[in-house]
Amino acid sequence: MLHPLPGDPGATDQTAAARVWSLLFLCWVLASASTLGSLFFSMVMGREPCVLCWYQRIFMFPLPLILGMGLLRFDPRCVRYALPLAIAGTGFALYHCLLYMGVIPERMTACTQGVSCADVDVELAGFVTIPLLSLAAFVAIVGLLVAIHRKSRALPDA
Amino acid sequence: MNKQSTRKHSPARKGLTRRQALVAITVFALLGVFALGAWFYDTRAKEAAAQRASETRDAFSRPGMPSMGPLMAKVQIMEFFDPACESCRAFYPYVKDIMAKHEGSARLSLRYANFHDGSEYVSKALEAIRLQGLDLYWRAVEAVLAAQPVWADHGRSQPERIWEFLPRVGVDVERAKRDMNDPDIAARLKQDAEDIVALGVRQTPTFFVNGKPLRNFGPDGLAAQVAEEAGRTIR
Repeated sequence: MLHPLPGDPGATDQTAAARVWSLLFLCWVLASASTLGSLFFSMVMGREPCVLCWYQRIFMFPLPLILGMGLLRFDPRCVRYALPLAIAGTGFALYHCLLYMGVIPERMTACTQGVSCADVDVELAGFVTIPLLSLAAFVAIVGLLVAIHRKSRALPDA
Repeated sequence: MNKQSTRKHSPARKGLTRRQALVAITVFALLGVFALGAWFYDTRAKEAAAQRASETRDAFSRPGMPSMGPLMAKVQIMEFFDPACESCRAFYPYVKDIMAKHEGSARLSLRYANFHDGSEYVSKALEAIRLQGLDLYWRAVEAVLAAQPVWADHGRSQPERIWEFLPRVGVDVERAKRDMNDPDIAARLKQDAEDIVALGVRQTPTFFVNGKPLRNFGPDGLAAQVAEEAGRTIR
């Protein structure tokens, strides 16, 4: 994947590290925007989060902090801690989407009180629902984290 | 050597590196977008609520609402009220204070917003108690709110326990229990529920002062808007 230039390994490490940092930055921006977006739905728009939304939030909210710490003092190993969270979040988001679409019947879920997880509350552009936004964000974050992990293995100090 | 490489090239060890500065700027940018979006959404929502209220004038003049203060008072306050809601309980002393301050020029009318389990039972009971007298009704509202922690435990509400607290304010409990299934009471609660939908009421308490929603939610916002309406010269 990397093509080290003969005679100048330091400079190559430098640009490779910069590329990994940029990917991590992108991933962090995505996680931060998703966190703030979910807070916008609940705090500003007054939509009560359902149980499944809460589970997804549990796995999304730590990501800006973990990835952010990895950015401030560049440490690509933060991916190791972020990836399990993102994968678990993807699982819940996928389950939620299937529930929304009616693939899984609602009475099989844990949502017995409060807000129903199968209620369509917000639909943007006809089909984009909140669980779908969540799934897209989690999948993109997992993809970026895997890419960062692969690239950072080639770095000398990772 | 490699371990040091990223640090060695950073321009200033004391201040922020360029990367740290970028992260910090992005944090502020994201929070700024959030705040701006929240402000924009809030402004639009308030305009929409005011518009909705002005198009739903009928909802403010339903006959037979439980009220205090003169019928033709200059300031008409309508409160969508849930007997099981902690926030309504917390607001009550402030509302009472505002009513005392504007005695003779303000009228408070309650509408029932039964958003919690057990609320409907208590609303029906209060309406039945109103048949025994309006002063008694307001004393019963106070007693029910005071006892709210006992009967309105969320997830395990026991609305029947309100009766323990009502004889001491003078309620004829047996009569109230008989009266609470009156179809007139059910009809009034149904009307309240319809107006909640029509006005887009989503939370309790929701206040309207002379048919206008509160600009700023909270006891101060309510007091300010009541004072403003009271000071307004009638055209």
